[in-house]
Amino acid sequence: MEPLDLELDESELELPTEPMMLNVGPSHPAMHGTVRIVMELSGENILKADVQVGYLHRGFEKMCERGTWTQVFPYVDRCNYVSPMLNNVGFALAVEKMLGITVPERCQYYRVILGELARISDHLTCNGAMAMELGAFTPFLWMIKAREMVWDIMEEETGARLTHSFGRVGGMAKPPSDHFKDMVRATVPRILAIIAESEALLLRNRIFMDRLQGVGIISAKDALSLGWTGPCLRSTGVAYDIRKAHPYLVYDRFDFDVPVGTVGDNWDRFLVRLEEIRQSARIIQQAVEQMPDDGPINVEDPRIILPPKDEVYTTIEGTIQHFKIVMEGIKVPAGEAYSYIEAGNGELGFYLVSDGSGTPYRVRIRPPSFLITAGLERMIVGAMIPDVVPTFGSLNMIGGECDH
Amino acid sequence: MSQQLLDILKSTFGDAVLETHSQHGDDTAVVAASRWAEIARFLRNDPRCDMDLFVDLCAVDYPRREPRFEVVLHIYSIGKKHRLRLKTRVGDQDGDGAELDTITSIWEGANWLERETYDMMGIVFRGHPDLRRILLYSEFVGHPLRKDYPADRTQPLVPYREGYEKVAPFGPNEGMSFGRQTHRTGKFE
Repeated sequence: MEPLDLELDESELELPTEPMMLNVGPSHPAMHGTVRIVMELSGENILKADVQVGYLHRGFEKMCERGTWTQVFPYVDRCNYVSPMLNNVGFALAVEKMLGITVPERCQYYRVILGELARISDHLTCNGAMAMELGAFTPFLWMIKAREMVWDIMEEETGARLTHSFGRVGGMAKPPSDHFKDMVRATVPRILAIIAESEALLLRNRIFMDRLQGVGIISAKDALSLGWTGPCLRSTGVAYDIRKAHPYLVYDRFDFDVPVGTVGDNWDRFLVRLEEIRQSARIIQQAVEQMPDDGPINVEDPRIILPPKDEVYTTIEGTIQHFKIVMEGIKVPAGEAYSYIEAGNGELGFYLVSDGSGTPYRVRIRPPSFLITAGLERMIVGAMIPDVVPTFGSLNMIGGECDH
Repeated sequence: MSQQLLDILKSTFGDAVLETHSQHGDDTAVVAASRWAEIARFLRNDPRCDMDLFVDLCAVDYPRREPRFEVVLHIYSIGKKHRLRLKTRVGDQDGDGAELDTITSIWEGANWLERETYDMMGIVFRGHPDLRRILLYSEFVGHPLRKDYPADRTQPLVPYREGYEKVAPFGPNEGMSFGRQTHRTGKFE
């Protein structure tokens, strides 16, 4: 009998191994949103990867050039459909920067509270979905239950659960409802209780830890060079939070911490997001206490804010004002401005160019997800196929934002 | 703080800095297209500038101007906490000759954003490792964010693709079995 194992070194035979091509997505349960990853594999190791985005491209920037400044709000809603309120606030702040106006204090607090609620919902979705993709369905359902509470407040305030279109240049569409503060005060502790419950299921779970710890590591230097911001950058240890570094609205009046990671792996990203939910809750609690109960919510400028309806129907001035704002749009002085806020995923910037008319000349959105997804390729090359799912999940790619 | 940045740029590069302004508090420098990458590298590496965070890259189309496109780069320094907008102008009235040196070797994040700018505006980045369309498909005709691209244009039907596309960019080992590969694999070494 011949021996079964061939002496490889002496044999001139070459093992017939060929790289295997694996295509994941664009429509795949683990690829939330629509993204396609083409991988070249040797066994289970990824040798090459090509991340392809753009399946959700809707021509956001082109569409914005065809309406008034106010008509952009529904579009920015749909850019990040997990925390649309932050996008609303971001765009409103950008136009206000060009106009050189500041909204009243009550509105600033209102924006902060709604924005932080949106951030909580964003982080809950990301962490919940990440747990679910690794087989932990219960925390996902619990976190979605908490997100549902956030959305109940949003629905009560704006009339829509998801795409609020609630921001306006120079204020908000409506003043806070009478029971807004009570709702927030009642809901935030319940959300925190759910978080504590869900993390008890995950943080000492061996399977969960093994799949996150030490996987998808990125250094701070690489993350900066890639243009990462937000929780993903902070997981590498860089404490860059726009709310602290360049406070906008009234963020400089709150006492909150910026959590950072140490290693920059999936585990750190998960923990940073969990902690940020708690910090957001802290900000909300302080803001609710400080927010004035009455006072104007919109700036008093008839060129920017629509007149009250009874004036529109009874006075000629009101009718003309209304007509001009609706038909011609708010006149933004010619020039350019870049305004940025800390959104759920990082720095959400708007680079606006105006030619002085009521229609934007150019609206450039700087979507944090796009730059973060650009780093996915280098993180999964050299890793194994099962690592792709938590790594991709921890980046929290939002398809609408990434693909404009 | 960042006003100093503009002064540093002006004193170092002289005529290459065409104009500067600080409208709405955003410090802006318009530089000559021929020295784009050089100035970007200076801003990244000079200890006084230290712009380590790549923020954004995009382009704006002004069809009546010559050069026609403005390429706009936003960068930020984590340590120094200053921000700068660097702009340059390229391309003639027909949109030809819109070429610029790549800055992917300075900030890795520029890779995808240069691809996007190419996709949307048709600006070619010389030396880019993988200049493909990113948000649109490869058969798309035209560059949609140019002002002369009509918003109601319909695109030609694309025949059904058979088989896989290769993972680009194609390396020296493309199609070789592992035993016969002569180059190290992986894009980032």
